[in-house]
Amino acid sequence: MVEPVLHISNLVKNFGALRATDGVTIDLRPGEIHALIGPNGAGKSTLIHQICGTLRQDSGIIRFAGQDVGALTVAERARLGLGRTFQVSSIAPEFSALRNVMLAVQAKEGSSFRFFKPVMRDKGLIDTAMAMLERVGLTARARIPAAELSHGERRQLEIAMALALQSKVFLLDEPMAGMGPEGSKSLTRFLDTLRKEAPILLVEHDMDAVFALADRISVLVYGRVIATGTVEEIRRDPTVRTAYLGDHA
Amino acid sequence: MTIALALEQLLNGIQLGVMLFLMAAGLTLIFGVMGLINLAHGSLYMVGAFACATVAAWTGSFWIGLVASLIAAAAAGAIVELVVIRRLYDRDHLDQVLATFALILMFSEGTRWLFGSFPLYLDIPPLLQGAVALPGGTEYPLYRLAIIAAGALVAFGLYMLISRTRLGMRIRAGESDREMIGALGVDIRTLYTVVFALGAALAGFAGAMVGAIQSVQVGMGEPVLILAFVVIVIGGIGSIKGALLGALLVGVTDTMGRFLLPKLMLLFVPPAQAGMIGGAIASMLIYIVMAVILAVKPRGLFPPAHA
Amino acid sequence: MLLTRENLVNLILALGLLAVPLAANALGQPFYITLATRVAILALAATGLNLALGVGGLVSFGHAAFFGIGGYAAGILAAHNFSGDPLFFGFSGTNQMWIIWIVAVAMAGLVGLVIGAISLRTSGVYFIMITLAFAQMVYYFAVSWPAYGGEDGLSILVRNQFPGVMTMVPLNYFLICYVILLLGIALFAVIRASRFGAALQAARQNEVRVATVGIQPYRIRLTAFVISAALTGLAGALFADLNRFVSPSMLSWHMSGELIVLIILGGTGRLFGPLAGAALYVAFEYALGGLTERWQFFLGLILLLVVLFARGGLLGVLAGKARHG
Ligand SMILES: Nc1ncnc2c1ncn2[C@@H]1O[C@H](COP(=O)(O)OP(=O)(O)OP(=O)(O)O)[C@@H](O)[C@H]1O
Ligand SMILES: [Mg+2]
Repeated sequence: MVEPVLHISNLVKNFGALRATDGVTIDLRPGEIHALIGPNGAGKSTLIHQICGTLRQDSGIIRFAGQDVGALTVAERARLGLGRTFQVSSIAPEFSALRNVMLAVQAKEGSSFRFFKPVMRDKGLIDTAMAMLERVGLTARARIPAAELSHGERRQLEIAMALALQSKVFLLDEPMAGMGPEGSKSLTRFLDTLRKEAPILLVEHDMDAVFALADRISVLVYGRVIATGTVEEIRRDPTVRTAYLGDHA
Repeated sequence: MTIALALEQLLNGIQLGVMLFLMAAGLTLIFGVMGLINLAHGSLYMVGAFACATVAAWTGSFWIGLVASLIAAAAAGAIVELVVIRRLYDRDHLDQVLATFALILMFSEGTRWLFGSFPLYLDIPPLLQGAVALPGGTEYPLYRLAIIAAGALVAFGLYMLISRTRLGMRIRAGESDREMIGALGVDIRTLYTVVFALGAALAGFAGAMVGAIQSVQVGMGEPVLILAFVVIVIGGIGSIKGALLGALLVGVTDTMGRFLLPKLMLLFVPPAQAGMIGGAIASMLIYIVMAVILAVKPRGLFPPAHA
Repeated sequence: MLLTRENLVNLILALGLLAVPLAANALGQPFYITLATRVAILALAATGLNLALGVGGLVSFGHAAFFGIGGYAAGILAAHNFSGDPLFFGFSGTNQMWIIWIVAVAMAGLVGLVIGAISLRTSGVYFIMITLAFAQMVYYFAVSWPAYGGEDGLSILVRNQFPGVMTMVPLNYFLICYVILLLGIALFAVIRASRFGAALQAARQNEVRVATVGIQPYRIRLTAFVISAALTGLAGALFADLNRFVSPSMLSWHMSGELIVLIILGGTGRLFGPLAGAALYVAFEYALGGLTERWQFFLGLILLLVVLFARGGLLGVLAGKARHG
């Protein structure tokens, strides 16, 4: 079996008396889409936060690209190749969509300590950023301040930024939310091609998308992974059916 | 008799700490409940001192002056809250800093307008004049001991108020969850005015007490205000307990540093320079202590859990 | 460069500041030249602060420390040069402005590095109070250290020199300050438009986003803080030479507050905001000061009204809302 790119073991996180992550062990293999599903409040976002470093785990190990990243800062992990999108979009609101992506491009180039050349006359920077916007279908909205973009467009913008970082792993927290049926479909097609670039850990409530895309699914309930398996295995798993899927399957 | 001298300095440090606590408690309460940074808190201290000195001069009684200082500072606080401060709760810290900086200019210049540029003097009340013998043979002014006692009493009263009364319960609710307190049916606007006036009264009280051992003049609140900032930064902004411990730490460190450092320097440098170097380091000591504490704990010693 | 409304206003401000002392000189009114020089220097100091505060969102309430350090650099170097006492290693100061400027920039930048390194570990109100406290520390040090005048301050007996310029002539000194101000504003503009400036602005808008693309906000901010401190320090050196005097009042927290006020009056984060603010401030001071002894009261009132009701400052009124690319 191939070595997983991302490997999380025995991760624990408490918020006061609440154990939001309860001994989670999960991995992500090259080329796959691994979906993480579970009811509201199960701890999916909390898990993503810990992988990226916006929250610090209480205990457990996060290995990425062959190294223990559990003590690194958010920025250090990003530079190693962890690209993510947020459940509640996180963008620079005053900047245009283009400038948001340009920020990611310059970060990738490690060139944020250049003081003289104006970014808006930096053709290379702009072209690279525009290419990313084109991939997610935001070309027409490039010059709009990010604060004025719709929810769905902000999701796309975040994905464009992750693309610009040429991440080795994508961690996407509910990318379909607020997209509408058409948007969801085209995003599903897009993610299907994206997995060739890097594996995806996909948190998503939209089961059609999950079943269409996932190579494997893990089910998180009350901070615990109650099952991991292929789509078929998860559909058939009785504990999952009672705990979560209900009549959906 | 250096032991006795050291004891005297220690008491001075505690006295400074107690006064700083009265200032810091108000600042930290106002920040904890309303999320507001109030630079004009030192002006309320000044209002208390001027009110006390003026009324004491009219009536001949320090005690009536003291009551007047509480009333004047609380009233000034309430008015300022109603007219200006409540427009600032939703603003960012920069706006709060600027608006309250503007209030300082207005308070200082306004006071100078009313009272002129000369300092007022406030006498220690006869009941508290005189000195108390300390172990070791020196004497210590009774009034300063009274300040310590009064400060301790207020600290205790504040603790009881916050932990045991309905108002205190609302304040604690306001600190942890503003929506919840609205849902409880408490009139949050009134609560804010009351908390602000309470903080103002504490500052005014401190100003009046200190007014009797220093001159009462425009700008007297500013050095105290900045020390109070150091106190709450060390203690953790929003924490009353942190304010108390931070105040005592700052008061004692500052006083003892000024007393001991020049002597300590004698061990290393010639006497002519010892006083100068020791004095200069002593004047920076609390800031150095603050820097060290922040380097270890960026949110202070007792950061409020919810912040 | 496009002739937008803002650029037009900026141009008028820049030419206006030049016109006043030229006219005053022609009319034999050197007092107004001094006022204009004051405006130029305060605007430079506030331009430095504007980089941290306006672009980076770092509300430093301690920039008087850098202003004063620049001032003391000028005062101390000049005093040693005058007395001939060696400062260190046989170097006994200088009266050459350009050396003084380099020292002022270096010292302010160095102290900015230390203060920033500690303060930037915190944010929000903590940052405001800590920068204030550190500036206060420098203030008390200046007051209690008797070697350079302590509380009384230090006089610069003869204004320092610049090759080929008679610096004692008011108009000449104004022109020196004016050129440096324009260079400072240009530096601000270039930095703001650069990749570094983009990262700094993004860190103000959304710190987590910046970290998520792999840029450490702390390093960006610390660098900006140091550049900001250095610019304000340079202004301090010019200010000391203007007054031929430096005292702890340059380090006081009122000075820090005043610098913030200049930015707000002019328009936060705007290129010419500090100049507009400084011009307005000095005009208030002069006009109100002529009308009433109590001008500070009215200054406070005006400031309060601006904060409560006119957030964009003067440039917000004249040139409309700030625009981002
Ligand atoms: N910063 C926090 N402090 C305290 N509790 C938190 C915090 N963040 C999350 N929680 C709690 O932890 C639990 C897990 O939250 P999390 O956001 O990870 O759930 P989720 O699976 O992403 O849910 P959803 O599907 O609604 O996004 C919830 O009960 C939530 O209330
Ligand atoms: Mg979630």
